[in-house]
Amino acid sequence: MRKVAVIGIGMTKFGQLWKRDLTSLSVEAGVNAVRDAGIHQKDVEVLYGGTMSGGLFINQEHLGSMLPDYMGFKNIPSVRVEAACASGGLALRQAYIDIASGMHDIAVVGGVEKMTDIGTYSITKALATAADTVNESNFGATFPGLYALMAKLHMHKYKTTEEQLASVAVKNHLNALDNPNAQFHKKISIQDVMDSAKIADPLKLLDASPITDGAAAIVLASEKKAKKLSDTPVWIKGSGHATDTISLHDRDDLLTLSATVSAAKQAYLQARLQPKNIDMAEVHDCFTIAELLAIEDLGFVKKGKSGKFTEEGYTKIGGKIPINPSGGLKAKGHPIGASGVAQAIEAVLQLRGDAGKRSTNSENALTHNVGGSGGTSVVHIFER
Amino acid sequence: MAVPKIWRKIPEYYNLIGKLCPECNAKFFPKRTVCKNCGCTRMQDYKFEGKGKIVTYTIIRTSMSDPEQEINEQAARNIPYALAIIKLKEGPMLTAQIIDCGDSELNIGKKVKKVFRKILENGPSGVIQYGYKFKIDK
Amino acid sequence: MTVGIISWGSYIPRFRIKVEDIAKANGSNPEQIKNALMISEKSLPGIDEDTITISVEAARQAIKNIDSKKIGAIYIGSESHPYAVKPTSTVVGEAIELGNNYTAADLEFACKAGTAGIQICLGLVKSGMMDMALTGGADTAQSKPGDPLEYTAAAGGAVFVIGKEDVVAVINETVSFTSDTPDFWRREKEEYPSHGGAFTGQPAYYRHVINATKNLMEKAKTRPENYDYAIFHQPNGKFPRRVAKILGFNEQQISPGLLVGYIGNTYSGASMLGLAAVLDIAKPGQRILVTSYGSGAGSDSFDITVTDKILFNQKRTKKVLDLIKDKIYVDYSKYLRNTQ
Repeated sequence: MRKVAVIGIGMTKFGQLWKRDLTSLSVEAGVNAVRDAGIHQKDVEVLYGGTMSGGLFINQEHLGSMLPDYMGFKNIPSVRVEAACASGGLALRQAYIDIASGMHDIAVVGGVEKMTDIGTYSITKALATAADTVNESNFGATFPGLYALMAKLHMHKYKTTEEQLASVAVKNHLNALDNPNAQFHKKISIQDVMDSAKIADPLKLLDASPITDGAAAIVLASEKKAKKLSDTPVWIKGSGHATDTISLHDRDDLLTLSATVSAAKQAYLQARLQPKNIDMAEVHDCFTIAELLAIEDLGFVKKGKSGKFTEEGYTKIGGKIPINPSGGLKAKGHPIGASGVAQAIEAVLQLRGDAGKRSTNSENALTHNVGGSGGTSVVHIFER
Repeated sequence: MAVPKIWRKIPEYYNLIGKLCPECNAKFFPKRTVCKNCGCTRMQDYKFEGKGKIVTYTIIRTSMSDPEQEINEQAARNIPYALAIIKLKEGPMLTAQIIDCGDSELNIGKKVKKVFRKILENGPSGVIQYGYKFKIDK
Repeated sequence: MTVGIISWGSYIPRFRIKVEDIAKANGSNPEQIKNALMISEKSLPGIDEDTITISVEAARQAIKNIDSKKIGAIYIGSESHPYAVKPTSTVVGEAIELGNNYTAADLEFACKAGTAGIQICLGLVKSGMMDMALTGGADTAQSKPGDPLEYTAAAGGAVFVIGKEDVVAVINETVSFTSDTPDFWRREKEEYPSHGGAFTGQPAYYRHVINATKNLMEKAKTRPENYDYAIFHQPNGKFPRRVAKILGFNEQQISPGLLVGYIGNTYSGASMLGLAAVLDIAKPGQRILVTSYGSGAGSDSFDITVTDKILFNQKRTKKVLDLIKDKIYVDYSKYLRNTQ
């Protein structure tokens, strides 16, 4: 397999962007990534676009054609990748495999979601299609509900507290203060989280990532092209992808996302690194409990210890292993299909030394993108 | 849900008819046409008794009701409602609502049994979907 | 041929509202209402309960004691079938796994559709068309907020299986008294029923119940004192007590089957649940009289003798009294949410 580098990044601001539609968001991210790479649209050979549901959010499918069309990539092969909330991360992996295989030399990976054109109820329902609609959603399982089921059990089994869950949100909001593209620039306290409206016990509104519009794109290049085009290539050292049962209730252990464990194992093996060697990580914190489970499943902390670990500050910038310096899905925002690609952008910014005040001085970075309640997990390791 | 989608699930929804693998004896609910353990495709119908216990639970306070489209009127009017993952006596786990109980009656490990209830109504003119919910087994 | 009830099952939703709470919402004097209607509280359905779910739960109780594969017919009587078109009875058939080789229909005759079902099943079994037939009466009764009906309209139901083997309660005789009397009605597409106020009394309830009961006793050659129990349709606490007195039955005979004070009027379920409550406790050899009443109008009256087979069922079937005791009180706002 050939070496693959990220040579360009571009993203929109994340937020409730009432004036923007899906194509304008995609174009802004895609074109900025191409410019950042110092190439022209015509140099792009293939596009992989991650998006969860054009159909349910904006009543538009066939984005594999629409996205390159609007971005000005003429006649190139283009694939729309769907893996619920892991669509972006999976698009990145598919593009990585493509370049590594020698099929193409330059690929654009896009991730986009335009969520706010429909009402909150419809959004909740659209997101619920990432679960088993017939056997979970149908019986009243919402997404917050599924993560709440995990949170409740984690609290029961490991004595994790609601305050420890809240400490994830507090940290990620703090990190987002220094991220100009983040949806929230608002410092919050543990008490703020505890006082926010309950959505699915024990989870409250501030335990959840928001509803977000946004797009993110990166340019991948083969080693030869990367070295020619870029002074600051960021190398993909490991890539892992695994699946698990789509229904939470079908898992032997409800508190382990075995897709994450397996995807991480692949990525660590390929990168010849161990969890203890990782300098920072962007993990899938769609809910506070998701970040706690992630840092356990990725091997940064023992199963059951993540609450205390987070509460004690080990995952802050400057801590033992900074988690979500970008603000994470929680505070940066979670435009479903864009999130996995935006994680990679944060890794690149951090490794290039362009992360400004939220810099973690890292040599390597891990990204972790989850689909559904853990039915898909994608892990990448980047190095400068 | 679309009518045919509901209709073909009736044995599962009404009577917890799942599958038993004749090769490795693994039991599945909802039904699977191929055994997850051993790959056998000669799966046989198996009726679960409908007794089990709560593995984990939550109280859902925001609904999936969609005023514009297909209406999950049931769940919307029912808020807040308790949702749980239940481990059936025979082994498999499923996701279902726990009904007719106060918050203080809900606990991890609590024994529950199935009841027959409305699950969804597709608006005032749509087909009503019936199926399993669970209640505390005293 | 001895034909009768071979099994029964009951269901009452767990929720109750007190008369006081409804009276408060309507700005009425609760004591006055309690005295007038002789009812202290009523049952109401959960938000996810309807006539179908009530019938299914009752039917599942009923088939516990029998070889249900022999059931050849299902009739469910109700005035609150969830569908105007599409039967309740087929859902019940599927839920008790009857397969496909049975006949089914929904019945409607105000509050007596359930007992009409018993008569139909008797005919089918007596004629030899089938070995067993199942019938139920259930309702989630509707009432307009503020209407006096609101104090009584309740939810519940019972199911009986009629057969000729292992009969637990022999139906010796049955007669009906029927006329065209519009005392209570609901037009197609109307949400709530309307009624004739005082007209529901003498020319409607009393006339039909009294005539049917008298005719039955004449046919069966019995007198009130021959019965250990008597069950009369119970739209409130007053009507059945008064009709019992007129007919010569005493409080002791009617009280075991008089449930309206605790659960309200379950419409098509009312006489059926009353009978079920009596079967729950009756001893072999005891005799039961049941007279239903359905507006519009008609009464079905039954003369029943309990056999020694009943002891087996009594041990296994969920008792009406236990269902009455297993309750959760709700306030008026929750009541509205569940019933509107």
